Amino acid sequence: MKYTIEDLEKIAIEVREDIVKMILKAGAGHPAGSLGMVEVFVALYYAILNHDPKNPNWEDRDRLILSNGHICPARYAVMSHVGYFEHKELLKFGGFGRILQGHPDKRFLPSLETTSGPLGCGLAQGCGIAIGAKMDKKRFRTFVITSDGEHDEGNHWEAVAFAGKNNLSNLTLIVDRNNIQIDGFTENVMPLEPLASKYQAFGWSTIEIDGHNFSEIVNAANKARAIYENPTVIIAKTIPGKGVPFMEGNPNWHAKAPSSDEAKQAIIDIRTMQGKIKTYGE
Amino acid sequence: MVNNKLNLSDQLFKKDIEKKFMRDGFGEGLLTAGEKDERIVVLTADLKESTRVNLFADSFPERFIEVGVSEQAMVTIASGLANYGKIPFCSSYAVFSPGRNWEQIRTTIGIDNYPVKIIGAQSGLNIGHYGVTHQGLEDIALARVIPNMNAIVPSDYIEAKKATLEIAKSDKPYYMRLPRIDSPVYTTDKTPFKIGKANILTESKIPEVAIIATGLLVYKALLAYKELEKNGIETIVVNMHTIKPLDEETVIRSAKLTGAVVTVEEHQIIGGLGSAISESLSKNFPVPMEILGVKDRFGQSGTPKELFEEYNLTKEDIIKAVKKVISRKNS
Repeated sequence: MKYTIEDLEKIAIEVREDIVKMILKAGAGHPAGSLGMVEVFVALYYAILNHDPKNPNWEDRDRLILSNGHICPARYAVMSHVGYFEHKELLKFGGFGRILQGHPDKRFLPSLETTSGPLGCGLAQGCGIAIGAKMDKKRFRTFVITSDGEHDEGNHWEAVAFAGKNNLSNLTLIVDRNNIQIDGFTENVMPLEPLASKYQAFGWSTIEIDGHNFSEIVNAANKARAIYENPTVIIAKTIPGKGVPFMEGNPNWHAKAPSSDEAKQAIIDIRTMQGKIKTYGE
Repeated sequence: MVNNKLNLSDQLFKKDIEKKFMRDGFGEGLLTAGEKDERIVVLTADLKESTRVNLFADSFPERFIEVGVSEQAMVTIASGLANYGKIPFCSSYAVFSPGRNWEQIRTTIGIDNYPVKIIGAQSGLNIGHYGVTHQGLEDIALARVIPNMNAIVPSDYIEAKKATLEIAKSDKPYYMRLPRIDSPVYTTDKTPFKIGKANILTESKIPEVAIIATGLLVYKALLAYKELEKNGIETIVVNMHTIKPLDEETVIRSAKLTGAVVTVEEHQIIGGLGSAISESLSKNFPVPMEILGVKDRFGQSGTPKELFEEYNLTKEDIIKAVKKVISRKNS
């Protein structure tokens, strides 16, 4: 089924509402990063990934690894929309024995590629899958999502070097460049810029996009599929807390659940946007 | 009396018993495993030759992955390879893997129970000259504390080869430690090896003590047995090649048979073989125990002989511990 940009924007609104409700109900979670990556997850599951919710172990599926597992509410919400599990599970997020654990746990939800949360591991795991697939001449693609803050981890850069060395052109990394991490703004905590140049120096292709613009996300992913020489990083510039004005761009909402009143306000804010989500830089 | 069912070497107590390197046994076993199963891939962190994975690399360059000096990447890449369907072996030194990359092993291999095999070479004091930073003395503890992780410590060249072939067949994660120096080849191709099943090397109708040893020091335990026997003290020597899953049945049976246990390992006392055995015996069949190992200290440079003397891990130390535990039992 093909979706228009308008369809995807409508889905994004529903997903944002889901995220706020999930985190409110759970009383814990990471709203800023989750809200900021809604368009990326919607684009991936609706327009980019070769996947089959009815057959999650399909051998030739594209793999999607979420390295910064703490933004799982966004992934979970989109997975429920495309049919990996019942939508009502979202409100059991982080509950005892539930499939949606507080950080992604493959033991409880086998349709996840990996158990994740501890930062810096996801790209290396993606490299392992991608190089294994190359050995067997498999055609599927491995996508990895990382945060920007996790670029502080040495493990991540070890993997950047490895992917560059091995020309892992079947690997696409999407960096959530939202400029915040737990202790504040990334450039204050541990500066990352010039981020794109760093990847280029390691032999990667780089594409920088507005992470809230569906056509840019889909176009970048398609472009990455057509690059056969080296791995590609898509640096998606996002606004943490996107869609909820009092959360947007505020590091304090990295890992804090809203109160009931705040959640009500958040949902009103999300709804009044009526599908016209402001894009980065406007 | 030596247990004849185990077909141990007929050179067992000869002075010129052949010595070989366990890492050679590993390297040769890995090559054979790779010939049998195409899913096997090998990663190393810039230690191809000294960990002997060069044999595999030369035969299967397309299945060999050099990651450079990056142990964290090595095991997380291995996690991805296993996720995809491969059986990865990761070779480095014990201090670095599972030392430096412990959390990555816990998170990306342990939790999802992937069949990654972590090979920690240069374990123990025996590495000698290279000193404290390179003597892995905590690796057994680090490995066995992770749920799903299994831990193997072979005791000679032939056993290292068999252990490699066995863990290659398993769909579970494993840690295997290997020493640097060569050691007497006291087993033979006919000696049984089963993961999780300890070998009782010597038997006696009236044993006074069970000496349970692992790795390089198993042979020293056998030498101690021989000397004690001459002095009229009967012991049984158990080769505990699998630390996890621990062969509790043999541990309990040995304790019941003797009423006293001495454990011997080239590892910190905290968290190693002795710990594992006392965890089991304290709840199942408590008996007096002496635990020989490194007493909450770091290592240093020296010859293996000097270091084993300094850290009280010689044949004489084993004999002393046996006598001490007998007096405790009888008091």
